[in-house]
Amino acid sequence: MKIILPVLKAKDIVIHHTINLSERTIEKTEIANNFLTDIADVLLFIARFIKETFSRKFEIREFLYQCFKIGYKSLPLITVTGTIMGYVLTIQSRPVLVNFGAVTMLPGMVAISLIREMGPVITALICAGKIASGMGAELGSMKVTEQIEAMEVSSTHPMRYLVVPRVLAATLMIPLLVLYADALGIIGSWMGANLKGDVTLTLFFSQAFSHVIFIDLIPAIIKTFFFGAVIGLVGTYKGYNAGRGTESVGKAANSAVVLASLLVLIVDMIAVQITDMLVL
Amino acid sequence: MKTEKPELPDENAIAINTNDPIIEITKLCKSFGVQQVLKDISLKLFNGENLVVLGKSGSGKSVLIKCIVGLLKSDSGTIKVFHHNVTALTMKELGEVRQEIGFLFQSGALYDSMTVKENLEFPLIRLKANLTKKERDAKIEETLENVGLRDALYKMPSQLSGGMRKRISLARTIIIDPKIILYDEPTTGLDPVTSDEISILINDIQKKYKTSSIIITHDIECARATANRLIMLQNGQIYADGNIENYEKSTDNVIKSFFK
Repeated sequence: MKIILPVLKAKDIVIHHTINLSERTIEKTEIANNFLTDIADVLLFIARFIKETFSRKFEIREFLYQCFKIGYKSLPLITVTGTIMGYVLTIQSRPVLVNFGAVTMLPGMVAISLIREMGPVITALICAGKIASGMGAELGSMKVTEQIEAMEVSSTHPMRYLVVPRVLAATLMIPLLVLYADALGIIGSWMGANLKGDVTLTLFFSQAFSHVIFIDLIPAIIKTFFFGAVIGLVGTYKGYNAGRGTESVGKAANSAVVLASLLVLIVDMIAVQITDMLVL
Repeated sequence: MKTEKPELPDENAIAINTNDPIIEITKLCKSFGVQQVLKDISLKLFNGENLVVLGKSGSGKSVLIKCIVGLLKSDSGTIKVFHHNVTALTMKELGEVRQEIGFLFQSGALYDSMTVKENLEFPLIRLKANLTKKERDAKIEETLENVGLRDALYKMPSQLSGGMRKRISLARTIIIDPKIILYDEPTTGLDPVTSDEISILINDIQKKYKTSSIIITHDIECARATANRLIMLQNGQIYADGNIENYEKSTDNVIKSFFK
């Protein structure tokens, strides 16, 4: 027995390790498989979106309704956040500029910050929270309650009716919301500046825009179209591919916000790099 | 597991045109991962027939009709609808076949964001594009009257009871004048009185619109009221095929457990 036991133990160890190794290999293969499947799904979704966008049967009524929902219905939220953004930026920047004796630069600095970076990114992040989650939840619940399948049976391509109008509306409306937020941000900034000074709105605007050149505006506006497309695509993708239970609706909405926000920041980083390379 | 079909007399109670199968399924198989849901299913739906598919939850009933309408892709086998093999059609061709098929979903699947009128208009605008607005409105009113809910025109789905939602779903299904209607659990979640009303409505629609139907259910009362022929699914296979009298006379334990 004394001789046999170690042999048995060694065997056990070998078998144990073999099982562990094979389980780990299977697990890793599954993860890699799932990852590749997800990538393929996303690419297929984008390809189908592009194909349906250029199809002859464009759902113009649904597109206009989505523009109204995404654009007009977001106005109160963007009004408040845009104004606060400019106001807070002014209050925070003023003491630093006073120290350097450059308080007259305040309107120009705030305008450039708002137009080039803060306006687009903060508005896009807020829209990611409001619009992407709304799309994820709406399409997710439609999937759970078989409404998407009902659409397919009615010979209506759900991609054409649900996804294309939403993504295009987001792509078009978010740049407009950003411009609106920029304008309100400058008004908010004027309000902030008036707490410790006395500047007329006309003077503040003329000082602000004397530092802003047209080229500040172009890259900022171009990137907001990409923000809009990202928000629309992520929101609809997550909702369209939601699971079957009601729990998956919450998951779709939640993951839509997280992924859309992350992608907005990544797109922003890429846009800034490209702008910098082109010396704009 | 019993796989042999119990012996049942195969005469149908109602005269159906058995020379004209409008749906013909041959050796249909469907799996989800490792779970095989449908195994070698072969069946025919004849013109003018109400075919009830009975079975326990998870026996593959809903999967079967979703394969027929192309919502799910089968793994193997053929599904011929009006002699078109659904499994081999392009999306455009499938769309044309779907114009002849109405599908009543288990949950009703009414579009939450639309009124009843808009729900009924949705398939009409897309599938009957030649109709004028006046003709569409008339068709909507007529269909709502046929399901007994003329007053619900401007209500939202959230304002409707379970039975009313089923009726409106049925109205949306029949408004395109389909030749085949696929009912997925039409009486699930309804009280016995409303269930009977829906069963009567299914028969009325069959007579009025001259449709052929596949009715998926595990509600025996609904099956009794509507079936010209019944097929029982058990573990993804056809277990029995016959008319209601055959089933009620059967001494087979599985069948008896349904027809207690």
